[in-house]
Amino acid sequence: MLTTFVASPARAVGRVSPGRVGAVINRNVGALRSGPSYWVVLLSGFFEPVLYLLSIGVGVGALVGDITVGGRSMSYAAFVAPAMLAVSAMTGVLAETTFNFFHKFKYAKTFEAVLATPVRPIELAVGELVWAVVRGAVYTAAFLVVMVAMGLTTPGGALAAFPASVLVGLAFGAVGMAISTLMRGWQDFDLMSVGQFALFLFSGTFSPVQDYPLVMEVLIQVTPLYHAVELVRGLCLGVVGLGSLGHAAYLAAMVVGGLWLASRRLTRMLCV
Amino acid sequence: MTAGTLHPTLAVLNRQLTLYRRLWQASIFSSFVLPVLFLISIGIGVGRYVGSVEGVDYLSWIVPGVLASTAFQIALGESTYAVLGDFKYVRAYHAMRATPVRPVDMVCGHLLYLVLRAEAAVLAFLVVVVFFGGLHSPWSLATPVVCGLLIAATAAPVTAFAARIDHDSYFSLLFRLVMIPSTLFAGVFFPVEQLPAVVRPLAYASPMWHGVEMCRAATLGRATAWPLAVHVGYLLVWAVGGVALAVLAFRRRLED
Amino acid sequence: MADQPLIFARDLVKRFGDFTAVDGIDLEVAPGEAFGFLGPNGAGKSSTMRMIGCVSVPTSGELRILGMDPVRDGTAIRARLGVCPQLDNLDPDLTVRENLTTYARYFGLSRSESHRRADELLEFVRLSDRAKGKVEPLSGGMKRRLTIARALVNEPDLVLLDEPTTGLDPQARHLLWERLFRLKQRGTTLVLTTHYMDEAEQLCDRLVVMDGGKIIAEGSPRSLIETYSTAEVVELRFPDGLDFNADYAAKLAGVGERIDPLPDRVLVYADDGDAALAEVHRRGLTPSTVLVRRSTLEDVFLQLTGRTLVD
Repeated sequence: MLTTFVASPARAVGRVSPGRVGAVINRNVGALRSGPSYWVVLLSGFFEPVLYLLSIGVGVGALVGDITVGGRSMSYAAFVAPAMLAVSAMTGVLAETTFNFFHKFKYAKTFEAVLATPVRPIELAVGELVWAVVRGAVYTAAFLVVMVAMGLTTPGGALAAFPASVLVGLAFGAVGMAISTLMRGWQDFDLMSVGQFALFLFSGTFSPVQDYPLVMEVLIQVTPLYHAVELVRGLCLGVVGLGSLGHAAYLAAMVVGGLWLASRRLTRMLCV
Repeated sequence: MTAGTLHPTLAVLNRQLTLYRRLWQASIFSSFVLPVLFLISIGIGVGRYVGSVEGVDYLSWIVPGVLASTAFQIALGESTYAVLGDFKYVRAYHAMRATPVRPVDMVCGHLLYLVLRAEAAVLAFLVVVVFFGGLHSPWSLATPVVCGLLIAATAAPVTAFAARIDHDSYFSLLFRLVMIPSTLFAGVFFPVEQLPAVVRPLAYASPMWHGVEMCRAATLGRATAWPLAVHVGYLLVWAVGGVALAVLAFRRRLED
Repeated sequence: MADQPLIFARDLVKRFGDFTAVDGIDLEVAPGEAFGFLGPNGAGKSSTMRMIGCVSVPTSGELRILGMDPVRDGTAIRARLGVCPQLDNLDPDLTVRENLTTYARYFGLSRSESHRRADELLEFVRLSDRAKGKVEPLSGGMKRRLTIARALVNEPDLVLLDEPTTGLDPQARHLLWERLFRLKQRGTTLVLTTHYMDEAEQLCDRLVVMDGGKIIAEGSPRSLIETYSTAEVVELRFPDGLDFNADYAAKLAGVGERIDPLPDRVLVYADDGDAALAEVHRRGLTPSTVLVRRSTLEDVFLQLTGRTLVD
């Protein structure tokens, strides 16, 4: 009896063990291999942003011609491509950390089983996040290759944009995980996907935010995807400044805040 | 034994509507708010840079596309998890199987429900579009009929597919290989003539393109790309063939 | 018409590929009867039930339900059947009451009639206070009662119950039996499958024992026990019995009518259990536990197949 009382608060503090985080990731790799046709699904996940790029960037781009933003002229595809990269970094990771994460701790009771072992909630959260980001990074890397091949960015731009897209993944993954610990049921996910879709449409993805009325422009500048798009677009186009640092700082704050809230909520929900 | 006063197909529709009473608030976003947001972002936001397409402003040009794609997505989306779930987890179709309801009633009741549900979204969208000045012809009133046909042509074969598979990961494939490419390349956002000649037949093969083409002809008051009978006939083939396949699939799955 | 059996089967066969689930059975169920299929999992009970429910097409043989052909008149037959499946298939997104009203509409009942029957049946299965609630929070026993209520919504001539109490706790089972017994008293014809002997003894006027797709015995519970077993059974457990029950059985030869060594115990079949036990002690055997009891259907089954029923 005494040991349980001593042991449970001790689990909430202390160092994060890389080994245990690795074990959490390993479970996901195993689940991946066992799922039917899962790799086909993974592969098609990469095509989604490419299809958007071809349809809106190239197809609609042919109707648009060149676009001038902040005094620089570029093809519409070159304007849209970095935004699609940021969006794909966001959606891939969010799908893993919200939908799948919620399913695992609410229904599959996977986490209950994991936390009955020496693995601690923070390690579980970090493990799940790293897994989601690694998956997302594979998509974004492939997308960057496509962009370079289509002449939408330089190899140097792509190299610079890759770590930024990983940061975007971490930021949305951490916040997504925190959100899914607050979800009451699947109906909340409908709300979230509406919000996600609104971000996708209005974060300077398809047209510059400067076009919007001032109130909307300011409102958009508070939301996260705007910062992700601006950071990635600046790096792809080779326009980097103090603003880029600001965007990066915003995303870093999301990582820290999201992780903190997620592991706190998980501890409270699962270690009682 | 009271004589049957309600046709079994309508009894199946009755179940779907009873369920829908609990879902409509959530679905109002996906079936109505999202298309309007899409219209604002692409139609107005990007439209500013596009200027005009085929002689009309870009917003007016994509309105019929977004309209048809709304109907298409509801039809496709609602015939996947819902159908598989009613076989695999809820076993609602097994419950119906023990009553005088026949597989053909199950399929038709489901399709009838989808038509009603998607038409509600179509009508709401049309009303909003009037305020955007996106309709240019009284023929616009024919778009709900076109959408009804498109819904049947899409939902019926997808229902057959959902009744055949055993794992929902196939739906991700369906969404990514059929739904998203159809939405993006079948004439919703830019004319299919812009596509490379090699892939153009894929767009023509998609029921979506025929729906978009007819809706666009209606809202802009012009002729369709191909003879109207071809477009209608093509969608009818998908609808009737889909129903036949779905009834077969239901019968087989309920036999086990 | 009155004498016509509700279910009539001759040489009924159901095959799935190479596997023969039902291997040529003959059946007759009369109106007002409570008829049971007893047997272990895989005996062919559920396959038979599905053919009777007109959900599965017989491979060969003759089958008539309510005097009609299940293949040709499936819809007309199903209109007069009530089916309680082995797996609950209640609609989790509908309320308890809506589950009944929606189902009633499948039979073509009017809205007002379906509401009237729903309320009446909720009363009957004692779920009136849960009418407006969801299905999910109901206990297993409540869900099963709701499924039975649903099966009664069309006032069926014949009710099919596939393992009605499997997975329920003892209280829930007894409540369910009580409700089914009441149904039986009203004259409703019940056909049920079970692998519980006590359930068959409680509910069935007549039953068949199935094994390997065949009917291996038929009769009332009492007559089956009388035919295939003795009035009493003595159960003996020996401290080292796990390995030596066969040896003990040899030493018990001649005690009672028959000796059956099981892996964990030795059964002695005798019409007078106490006399048999006295003989056991007289032979100097010292079992660690002794139980003298009445014969049950389990003993019938053991005698017929040489194995225990639940495996």
